[in-house]
Amino acid sequence: MKRFVALLVSSFALMAAPVVAETVAITGGKVVVGDGSAPIDGATVVIRDGLVVAAGTDVAIPANARQIDASGKWVTPGIFAGFSRIGLIEVNAVTATNDTNAADSVFSAALDVQYAVNPFAAPVAVNRAAGVTRAVVSPSTGKSIFGGYGAIVDLGQDSDPITKARAFQFVELGETGHRRAGGSRAASHILFRAMLEEARTYSRNPSLFDSDLMKASDAKALLPVINGSTRLLVHVESANDILKVLDLSKDFPSLKLVLVGVNEGWRVANAIAAAKVPVLASALSDLPYSFEDLAATQSNIGRMKRAGVEVAIGMINDRDAHQLRYSMQYAGNLVALNKVPRATGLSWDEAFAAISSKPAEIMGMGAQLGSLKAGRKGDVVIWTGDPLELSTQVESVFIDGVEQSLSNRQERLRERYRNPAPGALPKAYDR
Amino acid sequence: MELKDLLAVVAVGALVTGCAATAAETETASASATSSSKGSANPAFPSTYKAYPSDNIVITGATIFDGEGQRIDDGVIFMSAGKIVSVGGPETIIPTDSTIIDGTGKYVTPGIIDVHSHLGDYPTPSVAAHSDGNEATSPVTPEVWAEHSVWPQDPGFSRALANGGITSLQILPGSANLFGGRAVTLKNVPARTVQAMKFPGAPYGMKMACGENPKRVYGNRNRKPATRMGSLSLTRQTWINAQDYQKKQKGAKPPKRDLAMETLVGVLEGDILVHNHCYRADELNQIIDMSKEFGYKVTAFHHAVESYKIADILAKEEICSAIWADWWGFKMEAYDAIPENAALLQQAGACVIIHSDDENQIQRLNQEASKALADGRAMGIEISDAQAIQWITYNPAKAMGIADQTGSLKPGKMADVVLWNDNPLSVYSRPEKVWIDGAMLYDSRDPSRRPVSDFELGQPGEGDVK
Repeated sequence: MKRFVALLVSSFALMAAPVVAETVAITGGKVVVGDGSAPIDGATVVIRDGLVVAAGTDVAIPANARQIDASGKWVTPGIFAGFSRIGLIEVNAVTATNDTNAADSVFSAALDVQYAVNPFAAPVAVNRAAGVTRAVVSPSTGKSIFGGYGAIVDLGQDSDPITKARAFQFVELGETGHRRAGGSRAASHILFRAMLEEARTYSRNPSLFDSDLMKASDAKALLPVINGSTRLLVHVESANDILKVLDLSKDFPSLKLVLVGVNEGWRVANAIAAAKVPVLASALSDLPYSFEDLAATQSNIGRMKRAGVEVAIGMINDRDAHQLRYSMQYAGNLVALNKVPRATGLSWDEAFAAISSKPAEIMGMGAQLGSLKAGRKGDVVIWTGDPLELSTQVESVFIDGVEQSLSNRQERLRERYRNPAPGALPKAYDR
Repeated sequence: MELKDLLAVVAVGALVTGCAATAAETETASASATSSSKGSANPAFPSTYKAYPSDNIVITGATIFDGEGQRIDDGVIFMSAGKIVSVGGPETIIPTDSTIIDGTGKYVTPGIIDVHSHLGDYPTPSVAAHSDGNEATSPVTPEVWAEHSVWPQDPGFSRALANGGITSLQILPGSANLFGGRAVTLKNVPARTVQAMKFPGAPYGMKMACGENPKRVYGNRNRKPATRMGSLSLTRQTWINAQDYQKKQKGAKPPKRDLAMETLVGVLEGDILVHNHCYRADELNQIIDMSKEFGYKVTAFHHAVESYKIADILAKEEICSAIWADWWGFKMEAYDAIPENAALLQQAGACVIIHSDDENQIQRLNQEASKALADGRAMGIEISDAQAIQWITYNPAKAMGIADQTGSLKPGKMADVVLWNDNPLSVYSRPEKVWIDGAMLYDSRDPSRRPVSDFELGQPGEGDVK
């Protein structure tokens, strides 16, 4: 990874960011730890060896630290996109660049996005420049209800994007599951149970495995789901579909469920909370896009939170390969709801946590990612102001303690056409 | 329907369903009431819209963005009989028989206007039975009218009102076809019939499309157009046919009525405004030359993500760009989109409109304008807050040919007004009250002033804050 960055630096002067994790002290800024606590004015953040050493007002600055004056600025953990397809798509409609699903593959649960995530895809650089540093990357589904393994990634400029491979399995059990399974939720649920049962059969004698439902590789891939060592992200929207998924724990008590989407979650928030199943929810869905979304409201996340559900913002099927930079706007909108009578939003501190520490915790990585607590990876963003506000710009981005280039092809196009008329030579010579 | 899957291919879903239109309007067409009423001279399907009852309303102490680039601090606005009577500073005379609303700390703008929407013709729920935006059976369908597809019970209208402050909007056919058909301008007032939503006197628009969509739809069926050159040839031939029809109409023996030709002749005569879906700079320029060949005007290029590359040309030609703040990458012709598109156009003196083409972002056009403003400022382009508000008020009204009636807070215009609980360019702002023709049709503090469509009645979440 460092090797590749060195190569980039040698070929592109504009990428002349330091390639190794420095010791850095960011001083004087308004620091948001990201764990739901209130911002701290005039605080210092120290990162060393790629990790956060400390964040607060009583922090010693190491003698060898590069100091960055962030007076008047905000300093936060990098944005953690709770559900995305970042790095799986360059251009959606150009199928050769779209690796979200494998509809013509013989495999399902065994598919693994770690081989498909492209750290050099343009959307990675664009969203990095906007302050997004980590993301949950999920496959979508092809022929089966199971999409395969997803990963946790960083959006760094180096060649190794994978923070955690095989971080979860993805399954569709709402309307999409109905369709994938042959046209009924009766079918999607029996398919789900049958595939898990057959995976158990596989584990008893792999060499004899023979199934009409899946390949041995798929069965093998489901074993860590059954025993709970890998999370199962389940896309559902309607209240009834949510309840039916929660019921799966009766037959498969070790499942480590995470719900995704969940537009009607507020209707069954108490049941979700009681089951202690966390949620990566769409933030601003408020229309009956389909009959599984009839009760969608922007107050969904706030109401679930008040009911005790552990919830973060995800962006399933919502420009989730290109626009993770909407995360801050979405969180800000949930804060705005507090001033709308009868609506339920999040406090500012909760809203920021919903795009930083909460997704990390829900994915079981809260001790490594998502906040500026000591020991977390050095993902830090310096902003010109309130990071949830639309007018705010990103000044600096650190990932794993390495300051990142903010350059990307949108910025290059912008500069080329700052004055649209050609000069002494055609535009093609302006670089 | 596969919409959710399309959404995984997200923006592609948006293009398949909705997609772009372009409004081209001449200065004269937009400027005069006579020319705008000319567009609706056809007596068929007339508007039956009537304003709902209104009170004398005064808002005091608010920050006012007038929609034409001006800001008034500590402002006063007075509405009566459905019209704006006066707008000014604290010295403005306040009539005694009025309801006075303290706008201290709040903001007032004209009603927000979306020049590109598919509410009603691609409504939610987005089931196949509701897919009414593309007559994708022929690439040339100027004879179809979007208003004949609009379902007034689309719940999206209510979200656009309550969350977005949308008071007028243009519903377009989709972009599968080179000539998609007529667009219709609506007041965002719930009604039993489309006619009762139609904006009185608004000219018709006509949707055209260039680029990937028509050639994908028809090329995949081994039909013309399968290429961009095929699209241009078919479009030009259609204009030739329209010119021929126009000539015969004026002859001794007028031809039999032809719905397609009537729409096209309406364009050639300046009564119907062209809204042309087109992304790439080189293609925008091709369309401009085609319009000159046949003597019509493009009012606006819709989804023109590459307008910034020819901002100088668009300024000279006086063609608006109706654009998103930051959509990109969903298809090849959207690959070079940049968030500074609006600001670069503004800098060049070209007309900017922020549009939605989306049932979600129509609820936040103010935020989309704000992002485009911020990205422009970050590259050093000076644009005022009030100018950014013009991108979602006066400019779309102008492109829809209704700027003489709405789109800015000028005395005599329709009292289409939004009171915001904070600066509408802030993410923390929401509409508090919305008036259309002086009638308060949304009040965040009063659950009875929130429309609920028939579809949502008796369903979970009926009447919720959404």
